[in-house]
Amino acid sequence: MSLCEMKQYDVIVVGAGHAGCEAGLAAARMGKETLVLTISLEAVAMMPCNPSIGGTGKGQLVKEIDALGGEMGLNIDKTFIQSRMLNAAKGPAVHSPRAQADKQRYHEEMKHTLEKQENLDLRQGEAVDLLIEEDAKVGRRVAGVILKSGAVYKGKTVVLATGTYLNGCVHVSDSSWSGGPSGMTASLALAEKLTEKGFALRKFKTGTPARVLAYTLDYSKLQEQKGDDEIVPFSFMNDDVGGNRRSCHLTWTNAEAHRIVAENIEKTAPYGGHTTGVGPRYCLSIEDKVSRFPDRERHQLFLEPEGLSTEEVYIQGMSTSLPEDIQVAFYRSIEGLENAAFSRYAYSIEYDCLDPLSLSGSLEHREVENLFCAGQINGTSGYEEAAAQGLIAGINAARKIDGKEAFVPDRSEAYIGVLIDDLVTKGTDEPYRIMTSRAEFRLILRQDNADLRLTEKGYRLGLATRERYERYLENKRGTEREMKRLETTFVTAQAAERFLEQIDSRSENESGNAGARKQGGKTSLAQLLKRPEVTYDNLAALDENRPTVSRYARRQAEIQIKYEGYIDKQNKRIEQFKKLENKRIPSDVDYEQLRGLRLEAAQKLNDLRPKSVGQASRISGVSPADINVLLIHLTRMDGK
Amino acid sequence: MNNTITAVSTAYGEGGIGIVRISGEKAGEILGKLFRRGGEDVAISGETAFQNKRMYYGHIIEPSSIETIDEVLVVFMKEPHTYTGEDVAEIHCHGSVVSLRRILEKTLECGASLAEAGEFTKRAFLNGRIDLAQADAVIDIIRAKTERGYEAAIGQLEGRLSAQINGLRDKLTDVLAEVVVNMDYPDEDAEEKDTATALAASIETRLSEVDRSLNELIERADVGRMIRDGVRVVIVGKPNAGKSSLLNALLREARAIVSEIPGTTRDSIDEYLNLRGIPVKLTDTAGMRDTENAVEALGVARSKEALIGADIVMLTLDGSRALDAEDLKIIETLTERRDGGTCANGENVVAVVNKSDLPEMIDGGKIAQLLPGITVISVSAMTGEGIGDIEDCIVSAVYGGKVKQGESLLVTNAAHKTLLERAAAETKSAMELLRIGEALDFAETEIRSAHDTLGEITGQTVTDDILDRVFSRFCVGK
Repeated sequence: MSLCEMKQYDVIVVGAGHAGCEAGLAAARMGKETLVLTISLEAVAMMPCNPSIGGTGKGQLVKEIDALGGEMGLNIDKTFIQSRMLNAAKGPAVHSPRAQADKQRYHEEMKHTLEKQENLDLRQGEAVDLLIEEDAKVGRRVAGVILKSGAVYKGKTVVLATGTYLNGCVHVSDSSWSGGPSGMTASLALAEKLTEKGFALRKFKTGTPARVLAYTLDYSKLQEQKGDDEIVPFSFMNDDVGGNRRSCHLTWTNAEAHRIVAENIEKTAPYGGHTTGVGPRYCLSIEDKVSRFPDRERHQLFLEPEGLSTEEVYIQGMSTSLPEDIQVAFYRSIEGLENAAFSRYAYSIEYDCLDPLSLSGSLEHREVENLFCAGQINGTSGYEEAAAQGLIAGINAARKIDGKEAFVPDRSEAYIGVLIDDLVTKGTDEPYRIMTSRAEFRLILRQDNADLRLTEKGYRLGLATRERYERYLENKRGTEREMKRLETTFVTAQAAERFLEQIDSRSENESGNAGARKQGGKTSLAQLLKRPEVTYDNLAALDENRPTVSRYARRQAEIQIKYEGYIDKQNKRIEQFKKLENKRIPSDVDYEQLRGLRLEAAQKLNDLRPKSVGQASRISGVSPADINVLLIHLTRMDGK
Repeated sequence: MNNTITAVSTAYGEGGIGIVRISGEKAGEILGKLFRRGGEDVAISGETAFQNKRMYYGHIIEPSSIETIDEVLVVFMKEPHTYTGEDVAEIHCHGSVVSLRRILEKTLECGASLAEAGEFTKRAFLNGRIDLAQADAVIDIIRAKTERGYEAAIGQLEGRLSAQINGLRDKLTDVLAEVVVNMDYPDEDAEEKDTATALAASIETRLSEVDRSLNELIERADVGRMIRDGVRVVIVGKPNAGKSSLLNALLREARAIVSEIPGTTRDSIDEYLNLRGIPVKLTDTAGMRDTENAVEALGVARSKEALIGADIVMLTLDGSRALDAEDLKIIETLTERRDGGTCANGENVVAVVNKSDLPEMIDGGKIAQLLPGITVISVSAMTGEGIGDIEDCIVSAVYGGKVKQGESLLVTNAAHKTLLERAAAETKSAMELLRIGEALDFAETEIRSAHDTLGEITGQTVTDDILDRVFSRFCVGK
């Protein structure tokens, strides 16, 4: 292969999936000359698995990506066909937006956005090798990529976002072939070169269910699941994004379906011993569900339309690597799917990825300077997780070039911070999925306030636009104004009591109402709003001179007033958390020389080089006693 | 970290013996420089000459002049199996302040530096010799005034409190795991929804178990505190009811530990006695003894003050006379306290009817009517009759109902009790949130707080000031 040198870039992104797109757009928007490479332009922002964006934890990620100036939220708002707020019945901390996407349009819109983006070249081409310079002083450093065609692109920084392409291998029963997602070709040469260059790669696995044609389903037997009447857009830039265009449907497996799976379980790829990769625990294949939960009589499944211009329907929750004839028998044994016709069969895919412990919080590789990694290559699963990392990798690749400090939100600032800290501090042994439970400060990291938490930062990074920043300021001020008004608008105790009796038919709860009565004759609207049965909407009856208030400010004021006590408590905990987080550890500490540290802890700390005591405390194998020792040593170092 | 520290490890004051303790790499070397073996007056050169953990008799000398400073027993202990985990040398000398000071000075001259408060224990902690709860227990050992207090402190040192707290934390961890799993499953899954309701109920049940255990620990913490600091018994009664003779009778029966006269205020008397292993602090309320006229109001006010923090109130009455206005006034004060719920300790009031050797004139029924449920004990301070009953009463007030005698008392430390109370409040709050059907994530916040609070007792929850907090409470020398 003869090489030819091409244009030099600031940032080269390998891969144009959800991570690659965000990385490329972020770097370009921050003024860096950016190249985004993809094996196929038809696969830009492809959704090879479920046709949806958001969900528990994931929805919060998308809102944060948007608040910082990323693209995912805007793109799903353009292309969704149904939207729901999950967990609406639970507390605001776990409200999670989720939307069904028109897959084709999602891809097209994102591709179009990349095409139009200033400073960004989107190009079809397969990267087969990295240019790595050896430098005696600083060690190894990436300098560009080599394409299959022999083209060489030099780049100051490189972001690897290889997804499931890297050494991808598709499995259906005992058949397997090299391939990327959804019929794409795999990236084999790059995997080989990375191994040669000493990167320790490991295998993870994921799977996707079959697609069936909508007109072959018996909708009379399926339970319809409609979208919300009032749709909350993903992007803070949008007020009205239109209505739902399609419904999803629900059905359940049954004893017969389970019998088919159980009888043929040896024919699946993992149970037949054809795959060894570790799959995601939170997205089990049907064979795993049946074998691990033999007592469950049925499992729920959702039928999700893949778009407006297709009959294809995704069978959520039912991935498998059974042979195709058994797949047919299995899926058709489910009520409503008896006559289903198939357009794609289910498969599982194994791919190579890195141990994220080899990265620092900026997502830069610890041993190869200027090399950033994002998405499934870091051991995660999910479009949203990938996009979040892509955004951070893109931001930090751009900042690295300018010699600026990395942008790493912490666990109290964003789910993105939780995700990245988990990856680079704790590592993962299976495809990592974000969950609300992974966040310690859920009540602060809500989907509704992602802009309040992050837009200012995004603007300072040079990523969020002026328009977005001003919108954020307006939302913030509007909320503060409305809160102030509710706190200083008083009604008489009698009026309050009458109101409470009206809205609450169970209002014999005398002790409960005593609160309003005790307020020496009058009570503020804010005080009333704190009561569980009072909402901003039903409070209108008492709020005679209510001004016109934006939907954002209404909602935000309601949450902030209603949950003030809990929010305050959590903020106190964040203060505690920040104290340890702000205790920085010098980068040259030799932990094995620190008296009192157990050997295991010293080794872990030497390997992972945590930036702060807080991060050190989350490393497995480092005990509280070790942290106390570390604190003492740091105190002594400070003293000197 | 490697400097060698020294301090006087025994309490200041004229004790029989005093100990200077040295810890660190140079402990053996310093001891070698200062110590001459008995009879031989030859130096034991270097630490290797001292056999590990063997006691030597001899003298501490002034190295320059070979002048003898004190007659001592010394012991050298080789790391790591020592209190601090480092080399430790102890010099047991005469307990006089002069002797201790001079020896301490010599160790400093030989290259040791003066230990900060709690530094020995801090090193022990850092070297993995003890955990935080154990470290806290060290304080209790120092302060333990009686055998029983000592046992309770030893129990804690063995890590029994940590074990129990960790058990409770594990329960909370399990609960948290279930709560968060539920939170991550969207409510669209109908089957999960059914289990959510059941889950809330089951979590509430399990939280109530934790709450019960916490409350047991808290209740025992009071007993633990009484055993460590002494039961605070306050004697009230009008001037001539026989309080002084009662006090004297009690002191005669029991072995007095310390006698402090007068106390901090002009007119009050505090007496300490050891009652079957329980230290008791007896306070005779001063105001009631004051016979100057027109001070009745003041007297009542003062007695009220003395009653704050009392574990047991002994209302002393003269059995040879009928209840008079003065008695009623005092009873009224006590009733107020009972009804008003102002007492922090839920004190027991015991009516001691004195002068049982004289014909009884007092109306026992009236006392019972005024103070329902009160224990009435007839005594004669003169003959000693009934004094044993008072002792029984004090002992059973300590152990009564809540804690059986001899049962393990884990918490004797006020800071621990505060943390336990906070954890209990957080647990209760979580239960209440579940009960009223609030969203699980609010309850989860409280459960997590309780989990972290308990972790502060055992040191599992790391806060940036935890070490300072714990070790600064130690006196120098520990």
